[in-house]
Amino acid sequence: MEDAKKNQEEVCLHAECISKIYPGTKALDEVSFDLLTGKVNVLIGENGAGKSTLMKIIAGIEQPSAGQIYMDDKEVHFKNTTEARKHGIGIIHQELSLFPNLNIYQNIFMANEEKRGKLALNDKAHIEKTKKILEKLEHPLDPNVLVGDLRVGQQQMIEIARNLVADDLKVLIMDEPTSSLSEQEVEVLFKIMRELTAEGISIVYISHRLEEIMRIGDHVTILRDGKYVADSDVKEIDIPWIVHQMTGGEKAYPKRDRAIDWDKVDNILEVKNLMLPKSGGGYLLNNVNFSLKKGEILGIYGLMGAGRSEIFECIMGLHPEHTGDIILEGKKLVIKSVSGQIDKGFALIPEDRQGQAIIQTLDIEKNCSLAAMKNYKKGPFLDVKKESKMVQKEIDDIHIKVADKKLPILSLSGGNQQKVVIGKGILTNPKILLMDEPSRGIDIGAKTEVFDIINQYAQEGLSIIVISSELNEIVSIADRVMVLSNGVKTGEFTKDEIQEDTLVLASYKGHHEANLENNKGEKSNVK
Amino acid sequence: MSSKQKTSNGSWKMTLLKGRTFIVLIILLIFFSFKANNFLSVSTLMIVAKHVALYGILAIGMTYVIITSGIDLSVGAVVGLTGMIAGGLINEGLTLKVFGVTLYFNVVAIVIISAIIGAIIGLINGFIITKFNVAPFIATLGMMYVARGLANIRSGGATFSNLSGNKALGNTGFEIFGRNIPGTPIPVGVIIMVIIAIIAAVVLKKTPFGWHVFAIGGNEKAAGLSGIKVNKVKMLVYAFSGFCSGIVGIIATSQLVAAHPRTGESWEMNAIAAAVLGGTSMSGGIGTIGGTIVGAFVIGVINDGMVMCGVSEFWQMVIKGLVIVLAVIIDQFQRNLQAKMALQARNENK
Repeated sequence: MEDAKKNQEEVCLHAECISKIYPGTKALDEVSFDLLTGKVNVLIGENGAGKSTLMKIIAGIEQPSAGQIYMDDKEVHFKNTTEARKHGIGIIHQELSLFPNLNIYQNIFMANEEKRGKLALNDKAHIEKTKKILEKLEHPLDPNVLVGDLRVGQQQMIEIARNLVADDLKVLIMDEPTSSLSEQEVEVLFKIMRELTAEGISIVYISHRLEEIMRIGDHVTILRDGKYVADSDVKEIDIPWIVHQMTGGEKAYPKRDRAIDWDKVDNILEVKNLMLPKSGGGYLLNNVNFSLKKGEILGIYGLMGAGRSEIFECIMGLHPEHTGDIILEGKKLVIKSVSGQIDKGFALIPEDRQGQAIIQTLDIEKNCSLAAMKNYKKGPFLDVKKESKMVQKEIDDIHIKVADKKLPILSLSGGNQQKVVIGKGILTNPKILLMDEPSRGIDIGAKTEVFDIINQYAQEGLSIIVISSELNEIVSIADRVMVLSNGVKTGEFTKDEIQEDTLVLASYKGHHEANLENNKGEKSNVK
Repeated sequence: MSSKQKTSNGSWKMTLLKGRTFIVLIILLIFFSFKANNFLSVSTLMIVAKHVALYGILAIGMTYVIITSGIDLSVGAVVGLTGMIAGGLINEGLTLKVFGVTLYFNVVAIVIISAIIGAIIGLINGFIITKFNVAPFIATLGMMYVARGLANIRSGGATFSNLSGNKALGNTGFEIFGRNIPGTPIPVGVIIMVIIAIIAAVVLKKTPFGWHVFAIGGNEKAAGLSGIKVNKVKMLVYAFSGFCSGIVGIIATSQLVAAHPRTGESWEMNAIAAAVLGGTSMSGGIGTIGGTIVGAFVIGVINDGMVMCGVSEFWQMVIKGLVIVLAVIIDQFQRNLQAKMALQARNENK
């Protein structure tokens, strides 16, 4: 970076040659970083590039092994978050750090309470200030509502509000704040970010969504493998440049272009009139119909809460209360249990890898063989040889980078963990693979590989349904895309119709129609 | 290969940590051999083993339960109840009022009945926990009171003190479970513990069922989505814990040569302590039967060793408590080290 350019901008925080060494690895290697005042400073890099570590050091959560941090030309040391907060630094974590058992204002003022005298809580002030801030955030919620009862997107807003109550906020670090927000909520967030920067607050913004960065970012800094790679003003660059810097080489999603006449291919799965009632009235899924052909990749797109995951949950037997027919190869299924559905030929790759897919206490091999283990038996015993052979074959097939399959699953990177989860599904010999956000939380390199795997198995005749929130992913991978909105199927697109804007448009339709109907006061009955 | 060199520093620490309970056991044995005369003799050690067998068998069942991240507080009370049932059957038989007859069972049948009753009680625990979603702590706490109450009701609080049976009724020979194998110094209870331990260890490590137990404790949701029948596995695990309690009920009653309704009081705590000392994680997903047996022997050696040294019962409690807490602290060290090594391996893989 040239010094001339640097001088034009005001630097609010400067990190000099920061290193962070964990046992056996350098998470950060002499990274210097300038935080420009009143700007949206974007920090990007693949998973493990060191973005979050650098931010944790600036926010006082972790201490650097070497290097200094300067604010206003004075060196500062933050032993913990409280000290960082005293210097006006707030952080919004990737994982929410809220108390679901407490209400909104208690969450916002936790460890920062307003008091009457020395001891008594001033809840009146809490409630008033909370109302003011939520109004500013365009989320006029009742401050007495339990945070656990809020939607994830609303919880994210509470997390933001929590940082805004500090009067002297100078720096706000946002680590992937939009990963669980709907498009509308992202719009509100961006508006707030602009207001904050206009007030002179500096924002550090970490995100994997490159389109967002181009929209909201002012200045981009790129890290790779714990090292500084490049930085630039956003107006001077484009997405391919960023991707190039992040990966160190051009990587694009594999384009899908299969010359198959789908009309001549038989349906393997048909879903008819799928209804799933919502607790408290209404429907999570409202009369959804679709079919899946043999060897086809069907994409399901929609916003958070559109009912995408619920379709998979119904198919896997997690919602016995659903109605409608699920027909596999012409036979109507009686769905009893997850294990029954696996036996019939369904395999699910769940959305939440840590929470629903991997068993943290088991090794790589056992995580991979778990679902198929009952097929590897010699008498009452586990046939370890067969298990090992099958797992090794899967590891080779989908190129899981494994030094030793007896190592704990957590010794793998997120991308390789995801591949193990996919391998677990494949080992049950499924006819239909259900993948819920298969690329969530893994870096770009691993994403490409996951999509290669999807293509590979589709070519071999496996039928696959993929849920994804990433438009470019779904556009490039799917043979056909179905769009859900508010529990209603609002569109189905093939070939050239699969365009980002048509999908987005369809994904809002259900909300629009639901609103109209609410206004009329009629029960929803959408075609 | 280079990765092995780098981690070697961590791995000797790991070996030491993993073998810590065994190391502690050796140290205790050496310590007491100096402090108490004849401690390292075969006869003394066999007496220790005889005591260990009781809560050792309970701890085997408990290890299964804790690996699923559950707990079974009812085991001690079930020992009391099954002991009373066995004692009652020998003394009074089973009177069927409808037919006006009293049935006397032979000893083998009595053992089978007690074990089955134990397993059924465990099954009820598992049923309540899985079908009604009751926390294992609460469900088994309730069962603890119920079983203890029933044990007292069986005799009105009295003891069945004559268990020798009657040759004419064909129910003699109950004492064998509390004695040594004829011609050897080895108590029968110890042999039973060894047999159960071996079977339990093999099932845990060598069968799909065993790995399903680990998977449920590691991440129940993921286990369910992998097609594991979580509820069924859990019910079987609690039934196994109950079965172990039934067996201990027989052995304890036979060792004491009397069925007393208060037998087994607070033994669940010894069982939990043995499992935890042996490296079973209270948060589930981690544990071994071998570790648990070593843990049971540590408690046994501390107990009997201190008795032989003349340490008062009250100080025994204090020391036992400290040892257990210390064990869990070291356990946390091991977890941290493991997490660090995993992270290290992860970074080297890149």
